[in-house]
Amino acid sequence: MTDIIQIARQFIEAIPHARALGMEFESLGDGKAVISMPYDPRFVGDPATGVLHGGAVSALMDTASGAAVMCHPTAPVSTATLDLRIDYFRAATPGQAITARAECYHVTRSVAFVRVTASDDDDARPVAAATGAFTLDRPKGGNAR
Amino acid sequence: MTVQRPEPVQVIKQRRDAALRGLLSGVPYIAYLGIQFDRRGDELTAILPFDEKLIGNPALPALHGGVTAAFLEVAAIIELAWGGLWEEMEAGRIDPTADMAPVRLPKTIDFTVDYLRSGLPRDAYARARINRSGRRYASVHVEAWQDNRARLFAQGTGHFLIPQPPDGTPEKGLPSA
Repeated sequence: MTDIIQIARQFIEAIPHARALGMEFESLGDGKAVISMPYDPRFVGDPATGVLHGGAVSALMDTASGAAVMCHPTAPVSTATLDLRIDYFRAATPGQAITARAECYHVTRSVAFVRVTASDDDDARPVAAATGAFTLDRPKGGNAR
Repeated sequence: MTVQRPEPVQVIKQRRDAALRGLLSGVPYIAYLGIQFDRRGDELTAILPFDEKLIGNPALPALHGGVTAAFLEVAAIIELAWGGLWEEMEAGRIDPTADMAPVRLPKTIDFTVDYLRSGLPRDAYARARINRSGRRYASVHVEAWQDNRARLFAQGTGHFLIPQPPDGTPEKGLPSA
């Protein structure tokens, strides 16, 4: 388990934009990924309230979704976002970190389907949710399910 | 009968550029991503100059999908707010060169991004089109490209909530039906 977190950390370190937003893995495995992003005044969308911009939350959810695909048991070699639909429920509370929980809940031979939610400290009321379709490149010689 | 001479072109440009600056300067995340806007009359083009920190896949390399989503969403929100601001300014109801009250930005309800090809490590451009703007809700479509205008690398559609003033009439500075 510590191995996979280590690998996950290297994965984030290798993505310049994930590093730029300060993203950190909380857990990873079996088609599920949890990634958090600290609050940062540079990512504010509404200066009057200090609320984070939706785009920063989208970037976090997209990263968590891609990570969920990559750790699916079919062991894909690469993935890319085909489409992502984001629903915004409420403003994130200023000063609080955002945590994205993504699950790759279905895969076909070449497509992965993911759902993800984003929360601040109040887990019970997510700030946003998204569903996406991702490309799935299987290892050569791998069997389709 | 006296005919009023039209204002000098520099005065008009100065006012319009001040309005656009006023709209953008308050949003830290727009500055963080480095997004700029090119204005030709009332037409806006969003520009995302390439930067290493925008990369999501270092192997290709390609822009981060989240960056693309954010870029499209920013282009849509600014287009929506700009439409209303332009009307107010051209009608002479606000003077952006004087103290301009901060514009309340529309809130995103949902946003769908269609990734058509990977974003190359180069500058990207986007233009938004308001398909419907009512008193409370608006629907906006955005197209983004890099080298060729006809070869989009992403497109998006979003629904937005128009900020309502306390008395319930449409907000000044934002599009109304």
